[in-house]
Amino acid sequence: MSTAPEKFELTPENLAAAKKIIAKYPPGRQASAVMPVLMLAQKQHDNWLPQAALEYVAKLLGMAPIRVHEVASFYTMYNLRPAGRVQVQVCTTTPCWLRGSGAVVAACERALGVACGGVTPDGRFGLKEVECLGACVNAPMMQIGDEYYEDLDSASAAKLIETLKSGGKPRPGPQSGRKTSEPLGGPTTLTTLRFGKDA
Amino acid sequence: MALQDKDRIFTNLYGQRDFRLAAAKARGDWDGTKEILARGRDTIVQQMKDSGLRGRGGAGFGAGLKWSFMPKKSDGRPHYLVVNADEGEPGTCKDRDMMRHDPHKLVEGCLIASFAIGANACYIYIRGEFAREAENLQTAIDEAYDAGLIGKNACGSGWDCDLYLHRGSGAYICGEETALLESLEGKKGQPRLKPPFPAGAGLYGCPTTVNNVETIAVAPTILRRGAAWFAAIGRPNNTGTKVFCISGHVNKPCNVEEEMGIPVKELIERHAGGVRGGWDNLLAIIPGGSSVPVVPKSVCDTLLMDFDSCKAVRSGLGTAAVIVMDKSTDIVRAIARLSKFYMHESCGQCTPCREGTGWIWRVMERMVRGEAEPREIDMLLEVANQVDGHTICALGDAAAWPIQGLIRHFRPEMERRIAAYRGQRAAAE
Repeated sequence: MSTAPEKFELTPENLAAAKKIIAKYPPGRQASAVMPVLMLAQKQHDNWLPQAALEYVAKLLGMAPIRVHEVASFYTMYNLRPAGRVQVQVCTTTPCWLRGSGAVVAACERALGVACGGVTPDGRFGLKEVECLGACVNAPMMQIGDEYYEDLDSASAAKLIETLKSGGKPRPGPQSGRKTSEPLGGPTTLTTLRFGKDA
Repeated sequence: MALQDKDRIFTNLYGQRDFRLAAAKARGDWDGTKEILARGRDTIVQQMKDSGLRGRGGAGFGAGLKWSFMPKKSDGRPHYLVVNADEGEPGTCKDRDMMRHDPHKLVEGCLIASFAIGANACYIYIRGEFAREAENLQTAIDEAYDAGLIGKNACGSGWDCDLYLHRGSGAYICGEETALLESLEGKKGQPRLKPPFPAGAGLYGCPTTVNNVETIAVAPTILRRGAAWFAAIGRPNNTGTKVFCISGHVNKPCNVEEEMGIPVKELIERHAGGVRGGWDNLLAIIPGGSSVPVVPKSVCDTLLMDFDSCKAVRSGLGTAAVIVMDKSTDIVRAIARLSKFYMHESCGQCTPCREGTGWIWRVMERMVRGEAEPREIDMLLEVANQVDGHTICALGDAAAWPIQGLIRHFRPEMERRIAAYRGQRAAAE
């Protein structure tokens, strides 16, 4: 699906999901659903939105096509051309940069054989430099698909890419051994709390 | 004295325990919510005012006061609560932990806040990249509906409250409240000119309150334990606990809930394992997320982490995202990278910001190399000052402040680079 199709339709399952989304908003305000519905369409269409999909969404939501195009071109998560079925997005904003995001970018470029902004020749992987993804105490980090991979260095980033290339599913989250955003080695707080068995 | 665990609100900040309803209840969430609502709207708003809670999204506006701006009676238009979960201020990752590990605090807070502003519907606008966080939060919302805690006759209170999760699609500007409302209406996220303020005409032109995740999530605990408890923590006008995000050149970057007003040195040394190479290896800190001015070590030695203290040193508490830079840092490049961020995130609506952020970044890239005239430092400052305060929203200010902070504290370094570059050129010729 790397060439633009003339026709686009949501699958019955995705159309049902879209109708559920539309129902979240008051009657007559179905345009509010444009962002999540565009995302459904993008996920269905190998991670990019052809013109036909924008027109389909416009019709579904009763919007002028230009309004849908405005949204699709404004927000960074929509791809208006093929961007790789699996998107590797490395954060390079200052908190990640301070902790070595440059080396992570270089490792990804080497492992994928493409420069930032590029797509592998088979159309499988796209590599992109992105702005702050909001996981700064686990910097440097990258997002692959829906998952965050954190506490990276060039070796762990390269290993992640190799695992993905061979069809594996690397474990998301910090690659340093800590669980989430607690200090490495164990929390300095929340150590004295006792709750019932459910907690 | 440091905050004790018994006074921490986010008892599952690190996800050490289950995030779902049964576990959340065992930790004290949803305890006596019906009784809190039975106090009535005015009492709840007053108690929030008494607690001194200032908004946790960055601006630090009184939360109770903001709630009190909503019309007391509906004129026929519905009221809305909108929760700003579009976390994206570089350095900031606190709302993420609250949503993935402690989502019931937010869900319960949404009910209480909705009731307090007369809203029967609430939208949580979560940044699109937070896929797993949205999943956990949606799970919590579904559990709360199934248990009758929200929805029709929420908690048996007689109040109806619907709660919807709305996912964004990657635009920093949507963290600005009116851009967020535009986006929620299905448009480009371009800020609105105020007035009218959201309390008068917000979502779909209806009275709306927009609050940060943390502001809403701490409300139930404040109302359960009492305004006086919260107000006794921290310092006057800067009360309560706060989740700090400590990133950059520290030995153990982390999120941690601490007392407002904690010295930044103590915060870093107690929880983040200290500055890499020791405190004396510190160069500078950005105390409140990328938008606030950088402060050098000499200021950090005595800086307290609260709104008024940070303001007093011409910076800001912002989102309490502490970005630490040690002496190995190329400070000009660190700030230049922020300039690139603001250029990328400018929505393009106002000319000073659209053109100014790009101009600032291009000049900053030259400043990194020293490839500039000494007088261009003043020109850079002048352009930053012309962007600051001359745009519809605060993104223009946010783009200008890091530059102003850099020139204020690190002008000699910029001049040194320019001289060094000229020296090299002269030697080459």
